[in-house]
Amino acid sequence: MSHPVTYWQSATSSFMPWHRLWLLLPLLLMLVAPVQADEVMQLMPAQSNESAAPASTLPWWFWPLALFVTCFFIGIVAVPAGIGGGTLFVPIVGGFFPFHLDFVRGAGLLVALASALAAGPMLLRGGLANLRLALPLALLASISSIAGAMLGLALPANVIQIALGAIVLGIVALMLSVKKSEFPVVTQPDRLSSILGIHGVFIDGASGRSIDWQVHRTPMGLVMFLLIGVMAGMFGIGAGWANVPALNLLMGVPLKVSAGTSGLVLSMVDSAAAWVYMNRGAVLPMIAVPSIVGMMLGARIGARLLNVLPGSVIRKMVIALLLFAGLRAFMKGTGLWV
Amino acid sequence: MGMKESLPPQADAQRYALLLGWGTRVGLILLILSFAAYVTGALSPHVPLERLPSLWNLPVDAYHAMTHTPEVFDWMALIRHGDRINMIGIAVLAGCSLPPLLALIPLFLKQRNGIIYAAICALEAVVLLLAASGVLSAGH
Repeated sequence: MSHPVTYWQSATSSFMPWHRLWLLLPLLLMLVAPVQADEVMQLMPAQSNESAAPASTLPWWFWPLALFVTCFFIGIVAVPAGIGGGTLFVPIVGGFFPFHLDFVRGAGLLVALASALAAGPMLLRGGLANLRLALPLALLASISSIAGAMLGLALPANVIQIALGAIVLGIVALMLSVKKSEFPVVTQPDRLSSILGIHGVFIDGASGRSIDWQVHRTPMGLVMFLLIGVMAGMFGIGAGWANVPALNLLMGVPLKVSAGTSGLVLSMVDSAAAWVYMNRGAVLPMIAVPSIVGMMLGARIGARLLNVLPGSVIRKMVIALLLFAGLRAFMKGTGLWV
Repeated sequence: MGMKESLPPQADAQRYALLLGWGTRVGLILLILSFAAYVTGALSPHVPLERLPSLWNLPVDAYHAMTHTPEVFDWMALIRHGDRINMIGIAVLAGCSLPPLLALIPLFLKQRNGIIYAAICALEAVVLLLAASGVLSAGH
């Protein structure tokens, strides 16, 4: 029996205490603060400018500190919204902080990687991430993520900004439109998945039931993960937003196993792409480390507040943020809003 | 979908989780310690902290040119400096999938039809090593 639920069902099932909206105020302030620093932004050279004119009159520690606080709040909302922190990180930081997109994407990959690594062992032990499902998909996506990273570093920044804007707006459309199935029905596994032995059992925490699952459309899933890998490497945004629908809707994997396995796949795919950025010198510790630490601390709080925070309100706010950040990336790339 | 007794986690998942968890912990600890040494000045950086705001808005190629940083595999060069030593923790994080992948190979080889997965693990390890080697690079 199939039980259609929304993409973010697990995050939005709790009652919405509207009076707790004030909790979200710091995030809004953090996002507005960089925009208001107009005097700083006006001193910056354009992204494609090769000159090293002073970009900021503020002390060096201001932006890493702002980055840490912003990532802390992104981490908090990313968990209840059911979206990877990297997906919010790159458009927001790329759009409103004075860092070049090369460094933002490098940091974005590491943020997504660190989050996936931190969750991976727990997901594996809990039976929510499946190695036999993850490994073939991760292999293809890792190869294509390297190609995506090389392509992303070779293309001009404004082209990447425009494409990033389009992708982020596409994610918004996906979040608004896609429904998910918690326990998809797969009557007949495909031949490839039978050969590979991709099937499993997991214990559903909500009902206490053991659920047998199997997959279909494996060849299409492999092709899909090739494309997902390119996007993950090119934009540095992680790919949980694409992994979960591909596993759940296309291959028929239960929603929770899809989310868990997606994290395991990301831990390998983002590793491969991150090496390309590192070896190219596109990872600045002053940008990457505050982002990683801030995001991981925020995600811990977000996970604890999962049943307290108004999930559906956060989801709507994340959609609004992505919409704004996507438009900002698009307009920045086209030169309409530099 | 059937009702079954609780199943113990599989040995391959357990081994992978154990090694991945330790790799992540070590990477994060190294990252935080080295970053503390960097921002407190305990280790002098290759690029002075005060110069960063005039550099981090540049494309990666221009940043390299302005800071005289080697082009490829540059995180290994100048590793004694506070900013570059952070790359060790980052490299541990980026590489910590490798040991669990290699550790799975003998386990898969013992399983029925496991040779396919042993090959996939070996191939994934090769892909990660190739990416880490610095052979693959691109620029504007």
